[in-house]
Amino acid sequence: MSVTEQPAVSSVRAKALAQPREGGVFLRSFNNSLVTILVVVVAVLWSIPTFGLFISSFRPPQAIASSGWWTGLLPPWQFTIQNYVNVIQSSGMGQAFLSSLIISIPATILPMLLGAFAAYAFAWMRFPFRNALFFGVVAMLVVPNQIALAPILTIFTQLGLTGQYAALWIAHTAFGLPFAVFLLRNFFAALPKDLLESAYIDGASNFRTFWTIIIPLSVPALASLAIFQFMWVWNDLLIALIFVGSNPAHAPMTVVVANLVGSYGEDWQLLTAASFLMMILPLVVFFSMQRYFIRGILAGSVKG
Amino acid sequence: MATVARERVAATAPPEKGGRGISWTALIWIAPAVLLIVAFFIYPLIQTLIYSFENADSTKFVGFKNYIFIGTDPDMIEALRNNLLWLVLGTLLTVGLGLIIAVLVDRVKIEAIIKSALFIPMAISFVGASVIWKFVYDYSPQIGLLNAFLGLFHVPQQAWLQNPAIDNFALIVIYTWMWTGFSMVIISAALKGIPDDVIEAAKMDGAGRFTMFWSIMMPMIGPTLGVVATTMIINILKIFDVIYVETGGNYGTDVVAMEFYTRAFTDLDYGKGSALAILLTVVIIPVMIINVRRMRREEQGR
Repeated sequence: MSVTEQPAVSSVRAKALAQPREGGVFLRSFNNSLVTILVVVVAVLWSIPTFGLFISSFRPPQAIASSGWWTGLLPPWQFTIQNYVNVIQSSGMGQAFLSSLIISIPATILPMLLGAFAAYAFAWMRFPFRNALFFGVVAMLVVPNQIALAPILTIFTQLGLTGQYAALWIAHTAFGLPFAVFLLRNFFAALPKDLLESAYIDGASNFRTFWTIIIPLSVPALASLAIFQFMWVWNDLLIALIFVGSNPAHAPMTVVVANLVGSYGEDWQLLTAASFLMMILPLVVFFSMQRYFIRGILAGSVKG
Repeated sequence: MATVARERVAATAPPEKGGRGISWTALIWIAPAVLLIVAFFIYPLIQTLIYSFENADSTKFVGFKNYIFIGTDPDMIEALRNNLLWLVLGTLLTVGLGLIIAVLVDRVKIEAIIKSALFIPMAISFVGASVIWKFVYDYSPQIGLLNAFLGLFHVPQQAWLQNPAIDNFALIVIYTWMWTGFSMVIISAALKGIPDDVIEAAKMDGAGRFTMFWSIMMPMIGPTLGVVATTMIINILKIFDVIYVETGGNYGTDVVAMEFYTRAFTDLDYGKGSALAILLTVVIIPVMIINVRRMRREEQGR
């Protein structure tokens, strides 16, 4: 929602990525090590729940049901990967993982591509109602997806798309577009004008300019967008539930795990391993591309 | 042609980007995005509005009956009340904690690690977070960390997710755990954006710690706090996943988006479901207007 802070953000971001300044703004008169201890405690508290699930997922089923995960930290250790093996082999979780991938990859690439085309036109071409249309897109940023679900489900059912991957590709592409257009258009518009002018003078077509100049220069923005869209699609429950929830063969991990929780009690061991399997990809993406993720957030991240 | 265009640009430097006159091919570039947005935002908005004035299977016009139902049915009122609690508490907690932690980490050497720890939950889905917190909130002290911990102090076991007196708070804690990192990162960037000389000048004038906080910092990061709070409000209005997974809206934890899902897609009552979707959208309209206005202002400054 910092949506529109783009220009200001670049300078803020430069500072944000720099070293912490000597002594902070406000607390410089407090004891430094006291503050350090305090924030370490907060960080540990914040990590405990995730750590608990991680440990649990490697404990044998009878141990999960009979003793807290924290007791598993003490010897004798009895960690096992059996839960993961069971989950992948037996409960359809392997298929769900695959479905999540099949859904997420096109649903990340498509909105980026269509969004980039539109963003280029909004940033660098002149046409009637350009600003009005762009403001219209910005207005859609915060519209709740709930508004679209019933009418779209009706249409998808008529077209025979309900339960198909294509339903989610189309829906996620459309729902992701306002943010994609908004983010990329602001980035494109901030690119140096001379560069594009000289391309035009050399007789480069829009198509050529787009692929050889704009896209290579926009890798940071595209990376931020890719991470956001991927995580958003991978982690989505509501849209998947409505459009493919009826078809277990195409349901992504979020839907399958959510259903597993419904029947919890005996299945703690399945739940732990399945959940971690579901989280592993976003976590890897997050850790490897944290910088872009934070940039994207600072550049504005409101989605309906 | 291109040269002429360039000269014109150089001479008059119009505010518009690009200098090639009106480009009709632009319509081809924007067409896919615009058509999809019309199909998935504009058309459904109208269709949902129509549904909301009709009966369950959209065969009969019923006037404001669905809206009256939202305002009078006890389940609906419970959902509205819970959503309000969520909005107030969830926003205060995420923004408040985010601010406090951002101020604290600003002077710590291991800032990056601390930030990552708080930020990780954002990468996890609400479904994942819900499973994680099942292991915190479970009634059995063999599984639930919280009851086990409180047991050390002889506090009796609590049904954190089933007791209507506390379960909403327990759920809001999960949201806070997920989104405090987000507000912390944004607020932290704003804090670092305060120019050093402003702080030095204030110090020279003998500003104390609290004067510094309230008279220098707060006014400078105020807009950022507003932006973060707005993001939280938009998020929380639509809160669904965590409730669907943890309680299914039972035990007094119902919210509007949960009711929307149940009415429209479990009961197949498009009338009531659509009225709820319209309610969510109407509440968000002020934010939409603020966004567009700010965007427009920035365009003029470009």
